[in-house]
Amino acid sequence: MTPAIEVKQVYKRFGTTHALAGVDLEINVGDFFALLGPNGAGKTTLINILAGLTLASSGSSCIMGHNVVTNYREARRMLGVVPQELVFDPFFTVRETLSIQSGYYGLKNNDSWIDQIIYHLDLADKVNANMRTLSGGMKRRVLVAQALVHKPPVIVLDEPTAGVDVELRQALWRFIKQLNRDGHTIVLTTHYLDEAEALCSRVAMLKQGKIVALDSTRNLIKSITGCSVRLRLSPDILPSVLQPLMGSYDEGCYILAVNDYSQIENVLAALRVAQVQVLEMQLLQPDLEEVFVKIMGSAENLEPV
Amino acid sequence: MSGFYTLLYKELLRFWKVGLQSVFAPMLATLLYLLIFSHVLEKHAQAYPDVAYTVFLIPGLVMMAMLQNAFANSASSLIQSKVSGSIVFILLSPLSYMEIFLAYVLASIVRGLLVGVGVYLATLIFFEVPLRSFLWVFLFALMGNGLLGALGIIAAIWADKFDQLAAFQNFVILPLTFLSGVFYTIHSLPSFWKGLSHFNPFFYVIDGFRYGFFGVSDTSPYFSLAIVAACFLTVSWITLQMLKTGYKLRH
Ligand SMILES: Nc1ncnc2c1ncn2[C@@H]1O[C@H](COP(=O)(O)OP(=O)(O)OP(=O)(O)O)[C@@H](O)[C@H]1O
Ligand SMILES: [Mg+2]
Repeated sequence: MTPAIEVKQVYKRFGTTHALAGVDLEINVGDFFALLGPNGAGKTTLINILAGLTLASSGSSCIMGHNVVTNYREARRMLGVVPQELVFDPFFTVRETLSIQSGYYGLKNNDSWIDQIIYHLDLADKVNANMRTLSGGMKRRVLVAQALVHKPPVIVLDEPTAGVDVELRQALWRFIKQLNRDGHTIVLTTHYLDEAEALCSRVAMLKQGKIVALDSTRNLIKSITGCSVRLRLSPDILPSVLQPLMGSYDEGCYILAVNDYSQIENVLAALRVAQVQVLEMQLLQPDLEEVFVKIMGSAENLEPV
Repeated sequence: MSGFYTLLYKELLRFWKVGLQSVFAPMLATLLYLLIFSHVLEKHAQAYPDVAYTVFLIPGLVMMAMLQNAFANSASSLIQSKVSGSIVFILLSPLSYMEIFLAYVLASIVRGLLVGVGVYLATLIFFEVPLRSFLWVFLFALMGNGLLGALGIIAAIWADKFDQLAAFQNFVILPLTFLSGVFYTIHSLPSFWKGLSHFNPFFYVIDGFRYGFFGVSDTSPYFSLAIVAACFLTVSWITLQMLKTGYKLRH
């Protein structure tokens, strides 16, 4: 099957900055995909190349099999992008903005879909307001709506939840999950890793223009061996036999690193022997954030390109 | 093609929302020019026999207003969306560069013609202006507005900021219009300036346009039309290349 997004050996230089240094990426149809990386890693640059807003220095990219340069009209029809920057056209109302955007794709009689988007993004009481008069979060909703007017099979959201309140965040993800269930491929970037972990089945991590990790979210988390236990003790003294496991101490709790669950039994046994009582115990599972920190740390010494 | 219609509609809607001031302001300006110049120069200047100086001025002023507005329409719309970033909505869409070009140029032509007709009608209240050949008038109006619409696109793509665009307008467009024979026939000029005027494409736009009104001109209207058409095609080709390669638009 043709992948939704196919990126082959893409390089992008801005003057002396290597924003992308040989990216290869394949995202399958129906995926819910996260593109993660620190500031300046090249996420937006990659998205802009897919959207045709930026031209790659070399390499090729396809959306649903259509090359983004040589077959740009088809490629762009397949793609909806929510840009990272809050941009808007101050001359128009929300409704005008959406119907004009829909018209660019040559769509007629698209009003019922536009109404659905307006409903799901909770824009109904703002449809006749001028774009200038909207708050930041409202403008963000319109940006999302604009990316969806042509029902694109591939939807890319560049930090859609930056500066957005909890309510919209939940409504937005509900809507996007619905679209994903209906077969749309979703790619998102975010700095909230719990968000990515909860939503995305696959993850790519980008650092200094290179992909340093690419796997399913589950495999990435599994790659972190062991887990941690958080213990509140009485008396507040860690027996010396357990000192080697000690990770950190914070707010009256010891955090111990264990290799697997069976080791927890040994910990508890040692505590019993030392006559230390467990007041509180919490198992800390490894999460995507831990993976991210670990991978970004170990990729610290990427050779300069 | 309906993507093209939407973009054209959006451009016209924008012009509409910016306000009718863009039609009334040039009408007022032209009437003021006429008032002042005719008062000062009526006795001294006579461009063509049988044509009063004030009446001679009118086609030039109408064309000047059209050229400035056609340029302003595409240029200000594009630079605004470029600076604010809302140009991405056009760049993200499957609109072809040809559609983008045509929509902006046509919107410029519409605005130019509206202004031109407005200014012309306003002068008719006070003066009697002959109209020998509507076809010549229309052809030169169309070409002139198209040429300036395309130049507006080029200037706005090239400029990174509003003041660079203003510089283009003040140092290129404005001198070319003022030195194109709006206020005089080039026969009244010293031969050096007369020769130089022949290198100004705007001269041919205005000379041919005026021919449509009076049936007399400094140069053959066919020759003028050829020059103006050649300029329009060349400038259009350059604009299309800029849009196609994404010069300063797609980084
Ligand atoms: N138009 C440009 N001109 C020059 N350099 C650029 C341009 N766009 C991006 N860069 C550089 O390319 C690199 C990657 O930027 P990019 O915006 O892709 O990062 P990002 O991963 O999206 O970061 P963030 O999380 O902050 O959004 C950065 O070093 C940035 O400074
Ligand atoms: Mg970014």
